[in-house]
Amino acid sequence: MVIEQIEAQLPGAILDRHDFRGDTTIVVDGARLLEVVDCIFREGFQMLLDVTAVDLETRELRFDVVYHLLNLVSQDRLRIKVQVGEGVALPSLTSRFKSANWSEREVFDLFGIPFTDHPGLERLLMWPDFPGHPLRKDYPLDGGDPFCNQDIGASYAPLARSLNA
Amino acid sequence: MEPSKYAQPVPSGPVDGERMTVNMGPSHPSTHGTLHIVLELDGEFILKATPIIGYLHRGVEKLGESLTYQQFIPLTDRLNYCSSLMNNVGYTLAVEKLLDIQDPPRSRVLRVLCSELARLGDHLVCVGINAVDIGAFTAFLYLFRERETIYDLFEMMAGQRLHSSFTRIGGLFRDIPPEFEPLCGQFVESVQRTIDEMEGLLTHNPIWADRTKGVGCITPENAISWGYTGPCLRAAGVAHDLRKAQPYLDYETYDFDIPVGTTGDVYDRYLVRTEEMRQSVRIIRQCLDRLKQIGPGPVIIDDYKIALPPKEKVYTRMESLIHHFKLIMHGIDMPVGEVYRATEAANGELGFYLVSHGAKSPYRIHVRPPCFPIFSSFDEQVRGRIIADAVAVLGAMNVIAGELDR
Repeated sequence: MVIEQIEAQLPGAILDRHDFRGDTTIVVDGARLLEVVDCIFREGFQMLLDVTAVDLETRELRFDVVYHLLNLVSQDRLRIKVQVGEGVALPSLTSRFKSANWSEREVFDLFGIPFTDHPGLERLLMWPDFPGHPLRKDYPLDGGDPFCNQDIGASYAPLARSLNA
Repeated sequence: MEPSKYAQPVPSGPVDGERMTVNMGPSHPSTHGTLHIVLELDGEFILKATPIIGYLHRGVEKLGESLTYQQFIPLTDRLNYCSSLMNNVGYTLAVEKLLDIQDPPRSRVLRVLCSELARLGDHLVCVGINAVDIGAFTAFLYLFRERETIYDLFEMMAGQRLHSSFTRIGGLFRDIPPEFEPLCGQFVESVQRTIDEMEGLLTHNPIWADRTKGVGCITPENAISWGYTGPCLRAAGVAHDLRKAQPYLDYETYDFDIPVGTTGDVYDRYLVRTEEMRQSVRIIRQCLDRLKQIGPGPVIIDDYKIALPPKEKVYTRMESLIHHFKLIMHGIDMPVGEVYRATEAANGELGFYLVSHGAKSPYRIHVRPPCFPIFSSFDEQVRGRIIADAVAVLGAMNVIAGELDR
């Protein structure tokens, strides 16, 4: 199994693992993400299907960045989670997987998590001067300015709090 | 395969030292929706193509965090609006994985039936649009006649042509009406003739071959690295289909084949889609047989903590009324956990990632649309080719803005 391989080759890189409904998840140290990805790439997980994130507002390391990988030969799936704090950058996986390019841009756009060594880390779904990161939990559902009273670029937060109060 | 005679390699240096920037879209006829591609051109040759997406971003994932699991189903219709039933099925399978339940056998057959009808409809649209973009208008008309019948069938099933919302957590919204099966039987016959007609118009058509052969070639390694799934990956020569590789909805008990291409170019993608249509017809026939074998039965589980009780019971029995009230007001009692569920949609792997903290709405819901990674390779696919090739590649990628931008 790939997890034993990682633990043998990179002791201490896997902080935690759990299985739920047949999905295997490993929690990896962000500083060693590239090593772990290289290792599982050699083990056959050569398709990065998806990169996304989960905002756990109250936790100290606020975000879980979630990678879904597929082994096309054994048809195993693996979920890698990395915990990152606000403003902390993760290494980009674009050098290993081309599909990481847009997925990481999307995570950067919607969560504000930066990635180092990304070839063009720009907003993907929102426009370049959009204020805030919409999938963060403290971003209001209506955008804080549903009637577009404010100029583009204005901070949404004060208005949002008054609307959600 | 011989390269297209219209597409020549880019000259080593700029012809006249000037580059032109052209906006293709956001409302270009060949972009089908709102795609925006900034092309840097040297004459007719594309030096760089920069897709700009997000014009159809509706914040589906954000909305899902405030809706109950059941209420998210209509939003899945609007992801890939060409095959909305397949999105419904994919999403409900994800929630059912989270709940660890299985829907009744009749519902499973009906889900396969509607998925394959939707796949057929999606491929008909994709091939038809690809052809009409390149100039083959006639094939498009033949194909769209069949798509109308598919939408009539959807209307019989779900009451809606486009936004079906047919599935429910634990089964289906309702059973198919009695007049569905004869019409579906007729349709299966006529669509095969249409596919033959389409092949007669396109497969050996020299203009079609010129415009599509050698355009958008991709190696299997590259396709895997870009995260290609579905017909585009299979056209590149990788026989990966989740219906065979990781069967769901008892797909392993159906008899069908996986077509595989060799070069991954637009022509191969067309051939793979055409063969998949025939295979879908095969599966639909088997579904119709199975429905006759299974006979009438429930199409939704009778666990009233998950699925709504029937209306007669709600109006006559106290417990059912309470269940109805609890389910509407408090939602389903969800376990805490996270699941990723992938199904083979018409474009490729459609994945739903659900994070539940036990509340009535998901803590996080993420959609993995199949055309998102495929479209991200657009620059590499068209670089050094002419604009007309970009139109052909775009059509064969089957980019649906609804699921691309979410």
